Amino acid sequence: MSIVTVQLGQCGNQIGFEVFDALFSDSHCPQGLCSKRENEAYQASCKERFFSEEENGVPIARAVLVDMEPKVINQTLSKAAHSGRWKYDQHSCFCQKQGSGNNWAYGYSVHGPRHKESIMDLIQKEVEKCDSLSGFFIIMSMAGGTGSGLGAFVTQNLQDQYSNSLKMNQIIWPYGTGEVIVQNYNSILTLSHLYRSSDALLVHENDAIHKICAKLMNIKQISFRDINQVLAHQLGSVFQPTYSGEGSWHYRRNPLGIDWQVRPPLSGLPTLSKMSTNKEFHFNTSIANLVILRGKDVHSADVGAFKDPALYTSWLEPVHAFSVWKTQRAFSKYEKSAALVSNSQFLVKPLDVTVGKAWNMFASKAYIHQYTKFGIEEEDFLDSFTLLEQVIASYCNL
Amino acid sequence: MTQSVVVQVGQCGNQIGCCFWDLALREHAAVNQKAVYDEAISSFFRNVDTRVADGGGDISRGKICSLKARAVLIDMEEGVVNEILQGPLRDVFDSKQLITDISGSGNNWAVGHKVFGSLYQEEILEKLRKSAEHCDCLQCFFIIHSMGGGTGSGLGTFLLKVLEDEFPEVYRFVTSVYPSGEDDVITSPYNSILAMKELNEHADCVLPIDNQSLFDIISKLNLMVNSGKLGTAIKPKSLVTSSAGAFKKRQEKPFDAMNNIVANLLLNLTSSARFEGSLNMDLNEISMNLVPFPQLHYLVSSLTPLYTLADVNIPPRRLDQMFSDAFSKDHQLIQADPKHSLYLACALMVRGNVQISDLRRNIERLKPSLQFVSWNQEGWKTSLCSVPPVGHSHSLLALANNTCVKPTFIELKARFMRLYKKKAHLHHYLQIEGMEESCFTEAMASLSTLIEEYNQLDATKCMPTEDVPRLSVAI
Repeated sequence: MSIVTVQLGQCGNQIGFEVFDALFSDSHCPQGLCSKRENEAYQASCKERFFSEEENGVPIARAVLVDMEPKVINQTLSKAAHSGRWKYDQHSCFCQKQGSGNNWAYGYSVHGPRHKESIMDLIQKEVEKCDSLSGFFIIMSMAGGTGSGLGAFVTQNLQDQYSNSLKMNQIIWPYGTGEVIVQNYNSILTLSHLYRSSDALLVHENDAIHKICAKLMNIKQISFRDINQVLAHQLGSVFQPTYSGEGSWHYRRNPLGIDWQVRPPLSGLPTLSKMSTNKEFHFNTSIANLVILRGKDVHSADVGAFKDPALYTSWLEPVHAFSVWKTQRAFSKYEKSAALVSNSQFLVKPLDVTVGKAWNMFASKAYIHQYTKFGIEEEDFLDSFTLLEQVIASYCNL
Repeated sequence: MTQSVVVQVGQCGNQIGCCFWDLALREHAAVNQKAVYDEAISSFFRNVDTRVADGGGDISRGKICSLKARAVLIDMEEGVVNEILQGPLRDVFDSKQLITDISGSGNNWAVGHKVFGSLYQEEILEKLRKSAEHCDCLQCFFIIHSMGGGTGSGLGTFLLKVLEDEFPEVYRFVTSVYPSGEDDVITSPYNSILAMKELNEHADCVLPIDNQSLFDIISKLNLMVNSGKLGTAIKPKSLVTSSAGAFKKRQEKPFDAMNNIVANLLLNLTSSARFEGSLNMDLNEISMNLVPFPQLHYLVSSLTPLYTLADVNIPPRRLDQMFSDAFSKDHQLIQADPKHSLYLACALMVRGNVQISDLRRNIERLKPSLQFVSWNQEGWKTSLCSVPPVGHSHSLLALANNTCVKPTFIELKARFMRLYKKKAHLHHYLQIEGMEESCFTEAMASLSTLIEEYNQLDATKCMPTEDVPRLSVAI
């Protein structure tokens, strides 16, 4: 089963390139620390998910590149082509001349409707190249105008047109201290819209990855390339093939295969007064955890600690909330590696901070005229705030 | 990629414009060694086959044939424009893109705005439309003028209304040279205040500059160069004031050094839109991020470094010094001290070999000494462009929407009042058709309102920041 990637805006395209590069490098890595047959099965599975084949054998990424100005896409295309190992399909690009100006309203209300047909057509073409479609992976930032606004619009349209396929959005949380001044507005508008149309939001914070580069990797002069490569490495270790079941030796067909949405049971929600006072606050409370193990000794690895009920909210059994995926094939030459995807309260603090800052700015009405110019009214802002406050409250109540 | 058109009005505007085009050619020649007409060059230049009569159509790809500036030159006396057309840059300008007259505006805003405005309105529109037609995707008009005279001030601001009506979707960025304290034009306060009203109402973004600040920067540089304190030579091309290595050799004229600073400002402003980088910033993002309320669109600018030593080794400390300098009052292009006033927003546009970690480290370092308005505590907009300016390995342009611009306006108002109270020279204006005393009082009121807005913001400086109570929701 295949994943179609949609890369939006400067951030989305720069990251998208690193992701495909990481996936390709890993799958063609000769030291898989496993048998040749195993390696070949791994490669084939990876190939099917992310690349399609061309006549001369150069794999083409299953991706649609979208940006409202040409510089980044041109760079991305040529970087891939230069590597000689894989490339993008030149026809799978959509580009305009003038960017979105960091304006969510412009991306969503002007570029969206104007270019809807062209963009959805390109996506349709990519989908048709797949034997069977698992879903969409949409890479976008929240701070700018194209990734955020147009990204929200495209996701909404994917929901309408491909309601049975999974839509997973990789969203980039901007640095706390300014990349873009209106980033908080753009973020809350993006999040509130994605909440209504996306199935899963994979979040990466620039601040967090920056710290990884600085403290764990000791990089002195950190560039965006470094940051994107760390991100791509993390995503690769999540999305590369794994066995389909306990004890199975076949790679699972559906790469996005667990139920990413967790809903609380309709009855039996604890009342507010019973806030978890008796719980130890060592960990964020989770509603779902996925551990992915790759490499040596995966079958004997002990993941018992992840099944501790203290990690999870009181209305969930660990067995329903915890999953583990494995493969013996090592990732990116690491003898053993593990990845954790978690749906927990970790996001509450950054979300709360962003909503708080956006709210303060909104109270002064600063920059609002830039949004109302393109059809996003104060009411739309208020709707977004309301929705996000509810999300924060829901997570706090776990 | 988008294109921009430069409209240079009056003596000051045209002289600065001339320096700008010269340095722009120098920059593109340095970056584009193969002389291929690419999208970066097309933002400011057309590629024309001069062998074909009437210029033929524009050549959109391939080798550079002949570059023509996307410019409209306007002056109500012929001297300056004629000099340009006889000088080394004559081939860069399309002779059809000029509007001149003979008599000049006599340092009278009313003559520039009302008389020449109505006389040349049609012709102006026609030239602007022509220049827009040559553009694939026109994004911005850059207007360069001075505020103190008659043509730049009067006709230059008349233009703004025309542009707003005719091209409402295209940004209007105005570079305005404000008169210094010892300006020799007596009526410059009148001209400036009348022009300010137009800037308030019809410009998207204004970059005020004043001659005194430019002069101070040059004096400092001369002192440094001549004192020999720095030992080895400064790289000649790196001086922000120099024309060394410019595409066409020009005789250095007295204002050239000052005008080169402004020219560099415009080049750096547009660099991230023209060239690639890891964090691009287009021109429409400037307005989006730096203008929180429509009327507060005056941006104080500073350029660093002002020179580079011939010694190539640049330790990180030098890089951090570049950031510190951008906030010092000595590097601002108007008389202003942003560190001791209130920031509404700040943009840092970096060029060259600088990465995101350098940017972040310096923002963290400088933030505690700067005051930002309560609703925009992290009001930073940043951009990283990989291509450095000629002669430097990296550079920084800081644009601040800061209340430090207020003193300039207050002083202007004071000088205006000194003249107006005595009705001095007023008759020169009132005798022009369409001018009445109400023009003056309205212009005055417009400026006073603006100053009051800055006052109110300044008043919030000392207040403790309180978070606005959040929405409470039921789950």
